[in-house]
Amino acid sequence: FQDQAEQFFRSGHTNNWAVLVCTSRFWFNYRHVANTLSVYRSVKRSDSHIVLMLADDMACNPRNPKPATVFSHKNMELNVYGDDVEVDYRSYEVTVENFLRVLTGRIPPSTPRSKRLLSDDRSNILIYMTGHGGNGFLKFQDSEEITNVELADAFEQMWQKRRYNELLFIIDTCQGASMYERFYSPNIMALASSQVGEDSLSHQPDLGIGVHLMDRYTFYVLEFLEEIHPASQTNMNDLFQVCPKSLCVSTPGHRTDLFQRDPQNVLITDFFGSVRKVEITTETISLDHDLAGFASK
Amino acid sequence: VPVAVVFAPRSVPEDLPRPLPFGDVQEMEISVNCERSPCPSLPCPTTAQEEAALDAVSAREADAALHLLQDTSSGSLTVYVVPEISSLLPQGIGVYVGKHRSALVRARGGLAALRTRLQQLTQVMSFTASSITAALSDRLPDGQLGPDARRHLKSSLGTDVCPSPDAVNRYVQPVLDKLSLVANFSVDSQILYYAVLGVTPRFDKESSSFLLSTHSLPHVINPVEARLGEHCSSAASLYPVLNFLLYVPERSHSPLYIQDKDGAPVSTNAFHSPRWGGIMVYNVEAPASPQASLPLHVDVDMVRVMEVFLAQLRLLFGLSREELPAEFLLESPGNEGLADWELDRLLWAHTVENIATVSTTLTSLAQLLDKIGNIVIKDDVASEVYRAVASAQSAMAKLTTGHLHLAFQASKEAVTSSERAFFDPSLLHLLYFPDDQKFAIYIPLFLPMAVPILLSLAKIVRETRQHKKEPTKMD
Repeated sequence: FQDQAEQFFRSGHTNNWAVLVCTSRFWFNYRHVANTLSVYRSVKRSDSHIVLMLADDMACNPRNPKPATVFSHKNMELNVYGDDVEVDYRSYEVTVENFLRVLTGRIPPSTPRSKRLLSDDRSNILIYMTGHGGNGFLKFQDSEEITNVELADAFEQMWQKRRYNELLFIIDTCQGASMYERFYSPNIMALASSQVGEDSLSHQPDLGIGVHLMDRYTFYVLEFLEEIHPASQTNMNDLFQVCPKSLCVSTPGHRTDLFQRDPQNVLITDFFGSVRKVEITTETISLDHDLAGFASK
Repeated sequence: VPVAVVFAPRSVPEDLPRPLPFGDVQEMEISVNCERSPCPSLPCPTTAQEEAALDAVSAREADAALHLLQDTSSGSLTVYVVPEISSLLPQGIGVYVGKHRSALVRARGGLAALRTRLQQLTQVMSFTASSITAALSDRLPDGQLGPDARRHLKSSLGTDVCPSPDAVNRYVQPVLDKLSLVANFSVDSQILYYAVLGVTPRFDKESSSFLLSTHSLPHVINPVEARLGEHCSSAASLYPVLNFLLYVPERSHSPLYIQDKDGAPVSTNAFHSPRWGGIMVYNVEAPASPQASLPLHVDVDMVRVMEVFLAQLRLLFGLSREELPAEFLLESPGNEGLADWELDRLLWAHTVENIATVSTTLTSLAQLLDKIGNIVIKDDVASEVYRAVASAQSAMAKLTTGHLHLAFQASKEAVTSSERAFFDPSLLHLLYFPDDQKFAIYIPLFLPMAVPILLSLAKIVRETRQHKKEPTKMD
């Protein structure tokens, strides 16, 4: 039975977390919110350790012709804003400082549990960011920006404090590859929707709502993820092939040199499906039966 | 580990030299770091009371009687050597390890055999090289870890335990009281109706029961955890949560058994997940007549359930029964859930782990300060750092002398202080102000202003020089 246990523990993680950040606000950035909420749905199907940061001004925006909904597909089949979306940081709370506080854990003691990233050294974390970006920076809420150096330093602090086992960083912005250039901590794998100098393009313009509903890269990534079920054996190399230039117009990039395992052996479910490691309990301890006679319904 | 060896009468053959050459200190050098574990063994003859206790009929009673007589400070062991022909130990068993901190060893062979026995015994009852290396796990490359290291909960300062249903005080509380040295516990319970497994069990015609195979077990936990939400893993607590669930399957899926990888039903009908908790499936008898009125009152046999949950709790805490050398007999810990020496094992490992954590935290804090020169450290952060260092040093000192309890307390204080220093919210503000941003902000402001200033300065300098030259010319 020991080798069975060895196999289960191949990736070494025991729980999964996700931090999903949409860094834009205003009505014309509808697609960024729809991106983030679609990724949220796809991760939540299998996990509940998610920190979601959104400006959250889409569903109840006076310009929304279908109030209280956010759609990600022009067929309007699925309202990704749904009934059970828990936004942890909304509106003006989505700042660079709060994002860095969540990552490094330097949070004021009064912060509630749902707003914290309570990961440990056996957590696999997925970080997804979307919005408007440039060469080496990502714009937050139209008023400030986070640079790739700051992001790399934040990840290094997480590594020093053993706050993650493995980290998958996905970014869907213009020139997204510049954001992962400066990473230097081990066990990080990064994917971006476009290289430096390229723009990421949007998808699904909708005439009824009047804005674009999704970005191309996220759209194709989500299509790919729809086919992943909890027992799937698909690995990361397949994820790298998603959205080739013919579909995406931009060239998606990835970075795996900091990652210790070969991407071939990394299952998608290591990050996207919370498959817990379990063991059968084979021992019991014997208790004194004189204390029996205690029944309950 | 202070070990006292006591010889019962008639156990030592007459021809051994006196005094017995047992007073050597055994230092075990473990390859990762230089942790010394002095084991001074002081042999002494038994006192009359101990003799009376050892005359008891069975080993268990002897153990209970001896417990009252000995020095039970944390971390120490007492070993009693009994004669070979003694009837205390059953046939074929050479060593008996009791519930508290003592053991009985049958004297067999010469001195050398006894010494190896004692060494084995110390390893079982306190720590081995592998358990210490597991505690230092974040320093080692991955290949050296055993599965046990990943299973157990890293030492944290508090834990919430959520068993369900209620009525747990009898069984869980004694275990938690014993473990309260290690961490603070709070217990919550909850009953969930109409819970769904999330996996469909297969119907097996031969045994006419439903079976859940091992492959489907990992997918059971998530849907259930999402429902558990509000109460246990809720906003109130920041500490790691352990969940113990009892699942009563619905009538259409009864009886439900868990299958191990060979296809046989598991005797405990339970499984656990590292760092999360455990789930047990409890099958209820189908009612005799289908017209029985609903809802049906169900009596759950809490003893059976608690046996399994407590075993899972032990595993989740890292108290697994490792491979024992031959001829060892371990006394079952009974209602308290764990024996004193098992608690000691836990404390040894946790103390070492805490000290390692403190050193990595403070090192990374120092590296951070090196890298970013303009951070301001407030006074209270500085005092936390000093306190952490002082506590860690005292913990190491106490470890070498063997005062386990004090060492553990000191290490806990050290960890608290170092975490508070590292995670202080004030350290964030001044971290992220890189030099290139300073240039980017100030150059557009100062460069346009600087151009006319520099030009007029140059003009002034030129004029004064000309002025100085001219008087000489005119003369």
